[in-house]
Amino acid sequence: MQTPLHHRSWFAVLSTVIAVIAIWYLAALWLNGQQLIKTYERKNQSWQLTDIVQQAYAVKRPMLPPPHQVVQEWVKTVFQTKPSSKRSLVFHTIVTLQSTLLGFALGTVLGILIAVGIVHNRTLESSFMPWVIASQTIPILAIAPIIVVVLGAMSITGIFPKAVIAMYLSFFPVTIGMVKGLRSADRLHMELMQTYFASSSQLFWKVRWYSAQPYLFASLKIAIASALVGAIVAELPTGSQGGLGARLLSGSYYGQTVQIWSALLMASLLGASLVFCVSVLEKLMLRKRGYQA
Amino acid sequence: MQLAVKETEPAVEAVSHRKMIEIDDLSLVFQTNDGPVHALSDINLTIRQGDFVSFIGPSGCGKTTLLRVIADLERQTAGSIKVDGTSPEDARKNRLYGYVFQAPALLPWRTIAKNCAVPMEISGQSAAHQTSQIDKYLTMVGLQDFHQKYPWQLSGGMQQRASIARALCIEPELMLMDEPFGALDEITRDHMNMELLKIWEQTKKTVVFVTHSIAEAVLLSTHIVVMSPRPGRITKVIESPLPKLKTLALRDTEAFHQLAAEIRAALADEHAID
Repeated sequence: MQTPLHHRSWFAVLSTVIAVIAIWYLAALWLNGQQLIKTYERKNQSWQLTDIVQQAYAVKRPMLPPPHQVVQEWVKTVFQTKPSSKRSLVFHTIVTLQSTLLGFALGTVLGILIAVGIVHNRTLESSFMPWVIASQTIPILAIAPIIVVVLGAMSITGIFPKAVIAMYLSFFPVTIGMVKGLRSADRLHMELMQTYFASSSQLFWKVRWYSAQPYLFASLKIAIASALVGAIVAELPTGSQGGLGARLLSGSYYGQTVQIWSALLMASLLGASLVFCVSVLEKLMLRKRGYQA
Repeated sequence: MQLAVKETEPAVEAVSHRKMIEIDDLSLVFQTNDGPVHALSDINLTIRQGDFVSFIGPSGCGKTTLLRVIADLERQTAGSIKVDGTSPEDARKNRLYGYVFQAPALLPWRTIAKNCAVPMEISGQSAAHQTSQIDKYLTMVGLQDFHQKYPWQLSGGMQQRASIARALCIEPELMLMDEPFGALDEITRDHMNMELLKIWEQTKKTVVFVTHSIAEAVLLSTHIVVMSPRPGRITKVIESPLPKLKTLALRDTEAFHQLAAEIRAALADEHAID
């Protein structure tokens, strides 16, 4: 039973990818074709469908670049450009990765601390939780420039303001997951500890912390993806010279749609790899801790 | 231990053994959405040091609740309870209890040995002491080869044995056991019963044991407390005439059957009233 199921899932993945690419090509033809037709009409030239199909996939600044153009640009800027160059996508990725990881680390620590506070203190829950939730209803695009300006006034510049914005997005899932996780401790385990007169810190380190681990890792996967979004958004108002956000911004200034799409491709590849890394870490940690998973 | 006085022990026991648990007119009412539930009503019971006391009765008779009151996991709504002369909370602070639940309640992220270490870590005992206690009691329950295994790698019976070893490691004055062998098959259960008796005789501790098996109660106990439901109350306390040192063969004797019949009659009486 194992093998056919396995095959079927690969088939599903493959057919989805093929469908997405097919739709993408059709959409590119539709959008770029309209542009081409307008150009022909402005110049009062006659055109045929075959002309449009041929040219729609090779426009310099297309409305929607077809996949192969995006991949070509991606390969060029990743493998055929020196990583130290500002034209290299690797350079921008590393810049974004740094603030993502710093923000993720800060967000994880902050998220866990808030959760620990909430679980141990009912008053803190009712006074703090509304603010935690409110913080996430404010659009990050609105608050990002404020954070940059305020931290700038305190002469904090560079990677840190971007990391703070990444942290701002990533602490939330960690808090929510950890509150749930710390409270998920088995009632029997808690009562057992109670009969031995365990202190609340012993209860935390011997039971609650480990009970929360599966929830923590689920949250960390969301948090690292959020941190990446935060880091990219943070690069937009900071006028930074590096980073995938800066690459997106300069691409849109100059109408370099191919550049934008290849930066987006890079961002999604980066996000997927980061989540994958957390999953691997999760497997290793939980297995070490004796979970059967 | 105390080999010299062994012969005179029964006589000494009867007069001088101190009161371990004293319960006076204790009641416990749970307030629920459907109105008050009288879980325990007018409980009077004295348990002496070294006794092996079984609570037996149909489900809902409050036997587990009474055990939980003794362990300070529930508080009574009326009456009083003293454990070793203090409140249950102080007894808990003095780490008098070893509680064995119906389920093994092992921490899945710890090995068997590390699980046994938990109570000793909490009371801050030295690593060397911990190791020697774990060795001693895991061997006693027959798990000497499973120190480094995780709970899920063990069968249900082995897990429950590990949880008993965990309770024994701190050598508690009072072992509180809530149907610890309820989930085991009969063969394992017999074996565990004999092991428990052996441990009890070696350690001379007090055991309070919840069960719904008449045979188990007769085989293990010095005193059998028969309980009945709605409201949860004690209907009869039977002192066992059987010798303290018991064997499985005892089950085929006349005295065993008589005691079992007496318990069965006490249980039946209450059902007639119901």
